[in-house]
Amino acid sequence: MNALRRHRELERIWSSRPGWRGKLTTVNNNDIGLMFLFTAATFFVIAGILAMLIRAQLATPRSVFMGPEIYNQVFTMHGTIMMFLFAIPLFEGLTIYLLPKMLGTRDLAFPRLSAFGFWCYAFGGSLLIFSLLAGIAPESGWFMYPPLSSTLGSPGINPDFWLLGITFVEISAISAAVEIVVTVLIYRAPGMSLDKLPIFAWYMLVVAVMILTGFPPLILGSLLLELERAFGMPFFQVEAGGDSLLWQHLFWLFGHPEVYIIFLPAAGVVSTVLPVMARTTLLGYGWVVAAAASLGVLSFGLWVHHMYATGIPHMGLAFFSAASTLVAVPTGVQIFAWIGTIWKGRPEMHLPMLWILAFFATFVMGGLTGVMVAMVPFDWQSHDTYFVVAHFHYVLVGGFVFPMLAGLYYWLPHFTGRKRYFRLGETAFWLIVLGFHGTFLLLHWAGLLGMRRRIDSIEPGSGWELINLLASIGGFVMAIGFALVLIDVGVNAAVAVRGRRNPWRAATLEWAMPAPSPSYNLASLPKVLSRYPLYDDPDLPLRIARGEGLLGNPRSGLREILTVEIASGRPNYLVIFPTNSALPIVMALITGGFFVGMLIKAYWLLPLSVLAVTALAVWWAWSLGSSEDEGPQPVGHGLALPPASEMERSPGWWGSLFLLLANGVFFGSLLFGYAFLWTVAPNWPPPTLLEPGLAGPLLALGGAALAFGGIRLADRAVRRDAAPWLGLLLSLAGLAALAAAAVTVLARTTHNAHAYDATLWVVAGYVLFHATVAGLMTVFLTLRASAGYLSRVGEVRVVRLWTDYAAIAALLGLGAAWLPVALS
Amino acid sequence: MLVAISGCEQRLSTVHPAGPAAEAIATLWWVMLIGATAIFLLVAVLLVLAFRRGEGPSGPEAETRRERVWILGLGLGFTLTVLAALTIYGLVIGERLLASPQPGLVTVRAEGAQWVWRFSYADAPGRVTEGVLHIPAGRPVDVEITTADVIHSFWAPRLAGKLDAIPGHVNVLRIEADTPGDYAGVSAEFNGRGYTNHRFTVRAHDEAAWDAFLRGETR
Repeated sequence: MNALRRHRELERIWSSRPGWRGKLTTVNNNDIGLMFLFTAATFFVIAGILAMLIRAQLATPRSVFMGPEIYNQVFTMHGTIMMFLFAIPLFEGLTIYLLPKMLGTRDLAFPRLSAFGFWCYAFGGSLLIFSLLAGIAPESGWFMYPPLSSTLGSPGINPDFWLLGITFVEISAISAAVEIVVTVLIYRAPGMSLDKLPIFAWYMLVVAVMILTGFPPLILGSLLLELERAFGMPFFQVEAGGDSLLWQHLFWLFGHPEVYIIFLPAAGVVSTVLPVMARTTLLGYGWVVAAAASLGVLSFGLWVHHMYATGIPHMGLAFFSAASTLVAVPTGVQIFAWIGTIWKGRPEMHLPMLWILAFFATFVMGGLTGVMVAMVPFDWQSHDTYFVVAHFHYVLVGGFVFPMLAGLYYWLPHFTGRKRYFRLGETAFWLIVLGFHGTFLLLHWAGLLGMRRRIDSIEPGSGWELINLLASIGGFVMAIGFALVLIDVGVNAAVAVRGRRNPWRAATLEWAMPAPSPSYNLASLPKVLSRYPLYDDPDLPLRIARGEGLLGNPRSGLREILTVEIASGRPNYLVIFPTNSALPIVMALITGGFFVGMLIKAYWLLPLSVLAVTALAVWWAWSLGSSEDEGPQPVGHGLALPPASEMERSPGWWGSLFLLLANGVFFGSLLFGYAFLWTVAPNWPPPTLLEPGLAGPLLALGGAALAFGGIRLADRAVRRDAAPWLGLLLSLAGLAALAAAAVTVLARTTHNAHAYDATLWVVAGYVLFHATVAGLMTVFLTLRASAGYLSRVGEVRVVRLWTDYAAIAALLGLGAAWLPVALS
Repeated sequence: MLVAISGCEQRLSTVHPAGPAAEAIATLWWVMLIGATAIFLLVAVLLVLAFRRGEGPSGPEAETRRERVWILGLGLGFTLTVLAALTIYGLVIGERLLASPQPGLVTVRAEGAQWVWRFSYADAPGRVTEGVLHIPAGRPVDVEITTADVIHSFWAPRLAGKLDAIPGHVNVLRIEADTPGDYAGVSAEFNGRGYTNHRFTVRAHDEAAWDAFLRGETR
């Protein structure tokens, strides 16, 4: 087979259906990555327009352009869209597009999940934009502090759009994170051991784990606040045992890692682009990886620095202040490693390099003011002023947007296959950088002069007028710059001349394919010998196209890909990926039905959408795997690999493991909330405590033992080619007992009586939910066994993981519910 | 008693302190600004030099030496030293600003509500003022801060930092005004549509005027 025929054959297998309709059913990472990027850019434009409205309002004193009811929606939505609908989806899109290419593989781990995530993002984001257009957008600020955001401060529907819309969008963050982790761990080119990972992949691995541990507290907080607003469960109402501080803890437990979740992908871009621009390799690869990982860990220890002014004891603040400054150390390591890299090489001044220099100047200033606000006494003055507004714009624009623009111009030839011809980008660069500093530099000073954030007008004689006028002018200059970037990219994508492959002479594998990228990414999977495969062998692209790597001979219409051992990168299993499907978009639509049902209080929609989602999930899972035991298949070079879905550690098992990691953090945050209310909230202990009784604890213990033992029995039976019926039945009975135990807790408490009761409802509901999910999976397994699918243990292991999780959650959760009475 | 404040532009300024707490924090700011400027210039110089010199030596030994200089020396050593020193300085100041027992201490209560502040006084039971907090000048005052509805924050920038008013909790902020006069205060946690104009005044009296206020002779 020659290169052209191989290309045609692989295109036929991997591409989406033609035309725009094809995008509705595509599951290919090239399509979905670009769809994320376009959608994120659209939201950026919307939030940018809102920013211009803010600057128009504040340009002159006593402006009557917008009243507070509009202005509050505008600044709330500016922050919300920028954080949730622009920044995170933008780097997700870039990663979805680039990561498989850099890793030398053909797609992400779970293609249909990518598509599902994208549609959840698009639909959830649309809900928020609808609320903005209808004039009923959230107006409590992007961090939504109750009681202002609860029924007391906002009786209307506005905050519900935020709570439900953002949670809907977060599905996409969680699913992208699961994909990224599993892809980096097991979907790589043969021979790419962990020490040969492209630096960007290390960064994204850290970021993805951070998303899995950082987002669940926010999802929990949103759920609790929505339950309070919809059903009067008083988690944040002090008179009924709640505490509004709980929200702040949950929000910032998410919100601070979030800042680093946004910064680290950008740092990954810098670590990738800067060495190429300096014609050298990254200085201190191992140190930079360690710095990124420790940044990820440390970022979870400093959420309280958003709460210095809430009256937490000073010694507690001292700990968080020290942690907040400590986080600057790994940042410093990275900054100096980058500067050292430039010293090492021969820097060339292309547009991506200009953006990296702008990043240095801006981000270093933002980092330094960040250290300032980490100082508790200074924060008492600067908190909630324009000093903080200026600080975080320096960090987010300087530390995220500028590196992303460096990345945009660096990978533009890859996206378009063209040489950048029209040079609007350089003009745009100067407009944006000068406009940015013109906007925000002096606003630090306005903050020190007492200008609070979120005020809807400035008064004459405050001393802030000139600064604000200059800031507004700077803001509009910056906006013109961003418009020029969009035009520049559009024009260069549409009409510039064709460019050559790998124009920057980079070493990573994304440049080892034609541009724009073919749908299958790599015609064959090359053997990777070092961190810089294209420096080792400049002819590698040719050899890949000629099919000299693995999987170079496409088999009858199957999307073939292979997994590797985590540490060594030795190929171990073959995976057949699903093809184009309408399932993801339909499932996202029906999931949307659930959120819309909550939003408009059409509660009859909820059970309907839950049932439909369950049915679709069964369909989704059923189409995986094969009823025949195929055994090892040839992948080229005389190597034959067995199918991964039959193995004990299948990709589905890995995906479940990391999804359960996020789930465990969610549950842990719930138990933290319970303990927090018990110890800190004023109106505790509650008037009446739940009596455990005998039935509940017995059901829980017995159920856990049965579920635990039953699934293992089934597992053993399948491994010995025996019938698994008994084990599955026992496990199912155990899960039913766990559900019954949870129901005893629900039956003995009133959901809205006290924050204690409300919390127990959520805990018991969580246990009930997981017992049900594991139960459905067991039923699914039974059906699969009777249809002859269970010749190997792969699917049993996935269900075993979920069953174990349900049992442990039940013991912990219900135990925590019964413990107080048992102790008293 | 409308005291004209010199330069109305500095009414809310944290860098024109009029009490010991605000003073200490303003000093901290100027120290940090000087330090931050120095560090920024260092980074800028290193960057500029990177573009002015030729390519350095290559090979594993040169690489190890570079890692020692850039990562161990500058990345770890330099940042850790600067940050440790600054953190200790910040904590010492914070510790000094806490509401510790002191002679002549006055206790008042501030209750935020949408969109008004009400103040009451331990030394004048039953006395409630709206929008104006009366304190004696030159004496430490503990403000017990709480709220009637949503979260607010009590902030008189020329006197001290801010502290939140949180439902069900009472937070204590130590303030002190060096000299008699009016000091502007604002609510500093976003609290809805009346936020911008949710203000108050701290009126510091000399000794005679404070006694008169406690006796109920001042409105």
